[in-house]
Amino acid sequence: MNLVDDIRRGDVRAIARAISLIEDFEPEAELLADSLFPHTGRALILGVTGSPGTGKSTLVDRLITLERRSGHKVAVIAIDPSSPFSGGAILGDRLRMQEHATDPGVFIRSMASRGFLGGVAAATGDVLKVLDAAGYDTIFIETIGVGQTEIKIVELSDIVLLVLMPGTGDEIQAMKAGVMEIGDIFIINKKDMPGADKLRMEVEYVLSFKNPGEDTVINPIVMTSATNGEGIGLLREAIAAHRSEIARSGKLEQKRRFRLERELMGVLSRKIHRLMDVRIEVSKQLPDWADTLYRRKACPYALINKQIQNFLKEGRGDRTN
Amino acid sequence: MPSKKTRILIAKPGLDGHDRGAKFIARALRDEGYEVIYTGIRQSPEAIVQTAIQEDVDFVGLSLLSGAHNELFPRVVDLLKENGAEDIKVIGGGIIPEEDIPLLKEKGVQAVFGPGTSTEQIVEFLEHESGR
Amino acid sequence: MPLPEELKKQKKEWEETIVRKVISRYPERKPEFVTGSDKPVERLYLPESFSVEEYLEKQGFPGRYPYTRGVQPTMYRGRPWTMRQYAGFGTAEESNQRYRFLLEQGQTGLSVAFDLPTQIGYDSDDPQAEGEVGKVGVAVDTLRDMEVLFDDIPLDKISTSMTINAPAAILLTMYIAVAEKKGIGKDKLRGTIQNDILKEYIARGTYIFPPAPSMRLITDVFAYCTREVPQWNTISISGYHIREAGSDAPQEVAFTLANGIEYVRAALKAGLSVDDFAGRLSFFFNAHNDLLEEVAKFRAARRIWARIMKERFNATEPKSMMLRFHTQTGGSTLTAQQPDNNIVRVAIQALAAVLGGTQSLHTNSREEALALPAEESVRLALRTQQVLAYESGVTSTVDPLAGSYYVEALTDRIEVEVWQYIDRIEALGGMVPSILKGYVQKEIQEVAFRTQKDIEKGKRVVVGINKFQMEEKRPANLLRVDPAIRQVQTDKLSQVKRSRNSSRVQNSLSALRQGAKQDDVNLLPLILEAVREYATLGEICRVLRDEFGEHKETIVL
Repeated sequence: MNLVDDIRRGDVRAIARAISLIEDFEPEAELLADSLFPHTGRALILGVTGSPGTGKSTLVDRLITLERRSGHKVAVIAIDPSSPFSGGAILGDRLRMQEHATDPGVFIRSMASRGFLGGVAAATGDVLKVLDAAGYDTIFIETIGVGQTEIKIVELSDIVLLVLMPGTGDEIQAMKAGVMEIGDIFIINKKDMPGADKLRMEVEYVLSFKNPGEDTVINPIVMTSATNGEGIGLLREAIAAHRSEIARSGKLEQKRRFRLERELMGVLSRKIHRLMDVRIEVSKQLPDWADTLYRRKACPYALINKQIQNFLKEGRGDRTN
Repeated sequence: MPSKKTRILIAKPGLDGHDRGAKFIARALRDEGYEVIYTGIRQSPEAIVQTAIQEDVDFVGLSLLSGAHNELFPRVVDLLKENGAEDIKVIGGGIIPEEDIPLLKEKGVQAVFGPGTSTEQIVEFLEHESGR
Repeated sequence: MPLPEELKKQKKEWEETIVRKVISRYPERKPEFVTGSDKPVERLYLPESFSVEEYLEKQGFPGRYPYTRGVQPTMYRGRPWTMRQYAGFGTAEESNQRYRFLLEQGQTGLSVAFDLPTQIGYDSDDPQAEGEVGKVGVAVDTLRDMEVLFDDIPLDKISTSMTINAPAAILLTMYIAVAEKKGIGKDKLRGTIQNDILKEYIARGTYIFPPAPSMRLITDVFAYCTREVPQWNTISISGYHIREAGSDAPQEVAFTLANGIEYVRAALKAGLSVDDFAGRLSFFFNAHNDLLEEVAKFRAARRIWARIMKERFNATEPKSMMLRFHTQTGGSTLTAQQPDNNIVRVAIQALAAVLGGTQSLHTNSREEALALPAEESVRLALRTQQVLAYESGVTSTVDPLAGSYYVEALTDRIEVEVWQYIDRIEALGGMVPSILKGYVQKEIQEVAFRTQKDIEKGKRVVVGINKFQMEEKRPANLLRVDPAIRQVQTDKLSQVKRSRNSSRVQNSLSALRQGAKQDDVNLLPLILEAVREYATLGEICRVLRDEFGEHKETIVL
């Protein structure tokens, strides 16, 4: 595929086009993702998450500058939620990174969640392959840290940067299920604001409860002020150190293997669902099935089991109703 | 399956800082189901074009009220062409004298939406151009 | 004060009898009526119980605290407001011509519009200036341009307002240097520089440096002028642009006065004492279409500011508590369709400003939504003011609308809303944190979005746009700025650079750089030195950009 060659050469238009194909779930997207797959595995994937307003985009902007200084090519995927009402979205994260807009070594793409939970994670995974194969050394995935979708996206990362800021009750938020678990490096941004030290202590406290069992990697906490450019160097060092550590201990490989398992499961489950939908027309029949149940003329498990029977028989060429 | 979305970049080239209209259009188009990339004020034509390409937008909407449109709009069109992206359509809005519109169109700006334009008119145009 | 019982009874009786009768046959046009700012308007307003004490506390006498009724006791009986038309475009020569035309036509003060490169500290030959030179105002790169701009204009006899913010200190020193050359001392100079950076971050976008160094420059101007240019208005704290960005009337007042609070605080922190500089703070408001709401807005603003200065900042000089303001009629209310309608809109808005007690006024021209105005249009805009001043009779008494039950109710209500915003901003830590967090911008955007949607839905009528439309030919002969101007300015720049003393320029710029690094050095004398040597605006701003950094937009959508 010419597109694959163009992508591997780093052609920006080709990369952007490929991402659109994947986002739109075009039929060519699967073949494209597979064609690129052998050329992936090089890039370091950094997930950046945290509540809105914590300064993630500004932090990423600063990190991009440092990455570029050391000659790395950098890509950013900035994800924002789509409107549940209209399906549209305003994607404004890249505004804070726009000074890099004309740097040929930086690629920034804004993605909308498009309201499809599973879909977003799948698309992002394949988008990462495009950027990885295109030769970007470091890829940032930036997203708002609320809900299951975001956790899925963050699981696509090698290292997760969780960004907090003082004065928002983040301490309590931080302890909520899932979020503290997935963070590898904890960043307290806007460190000049009152409450920064208090927040740091609270994060240390919560981290002290993390299961020490398998997880022998210590999670660093870095204080930054992205707008003032403070702490960014330290952050970069923490990232580099963490990367070395998980590479050395085998944790990185473990993560990547596990990620591939999840990807396979995701693809499998999506394809089966799609297959069933096509074969036994799930979406079309659903209201009728629900009607049958509502009138108490059938029961849920029995109904579905029968449909699955049909589906299997369909595969063998005969069918009952 | 999520449906294909139309993506549009709303950009303010040059030094003009009046962004009320641009912000309104960004939000109005979002409410009509578009994915809008908004990059704020003071964007150079080069930055606008690179952004448009990376984001693989279908349209670039340029908003300008400072009178610099005859210089800056065609510059964006030309840069898109130079970068092999002439299929990305450029539209303009703001304070643009009617007598300048024919020349802008000649230079490759698809449409110019002056003061008093409604969201409906813009959406109609975008739908038409996207082939819907 | 509540309605007297007897009136309450009568009102109820009136509503239940004749009102009900008429409504059953002729219902009112809408279920609800609102002001231009979307606030409810009652069918009828009635007198409340009158108390002399409350009258004195809330309204009082013009020229006396709380100045609700005006900052001077005689107002326009003494002298009409200053008629000050904002003008400037192209080269200094062209603008100079327009200024002399306006002064001949009876304008009583100058108001300078600068182009965007000048406002953002770029010379005309800078790549960033492409397409922008001379378009929205006059291009000023060096003292030489300034000399031409004020050629043959007696700076000791007129006052000049300059709409310049981030590089205000530089343009002010250029003005001073021009006056010097004409043999006019600083102490004779009268005028204003807008110098209001906070509203740039909120609504106008021509900022350069981040908030902290910007505030330093502003307080340097305060200190310098207090000593050296005592008649100069050092800042024009602006609500005009906030309104143009889409805010409503209470927000316009609230965010402007909150900015004012921030500036006063900064000056006090810099070591100035309130009565030394507060008398030279001035304001700049908008005048939109809802005539009575706008009048109420101005009155409320005066009352609130007086209280703030007295109670929060312990000012004792009357001048420190007086809110003096310039008004411009609302540009965003004007339409490109049927531009003659704009003449009528402007007349109503100008009337609002006058009934509201403005100190000076700019009236927009009919083709404002299309281009910069041609001479005839500007003249007509000026005549609008002159007709108001000399024929309408509203200048014969002070604060004529006072006592109107509706206007007083509106004034009181706007005051309440303004205080709510001010309190919220204080809770966020003041205006600077509120801006950086995007709170102010978000508030404005919500109203702006709703307003536009109401227009598109036809809920808010704009004559010629969503009602009473017609087919029309677009007006011809609009003013155009010759694009060759960039080359003209570039050539001028080269000439100036050739004839100046380069080593003295470099020395002055180094001295400025050193001064900028230290918080306690007043930069004005250093900038004045550089300006005298014909350092360019771009060169001076380059030094300051290096030392102060550049502000990055806070987007809130």
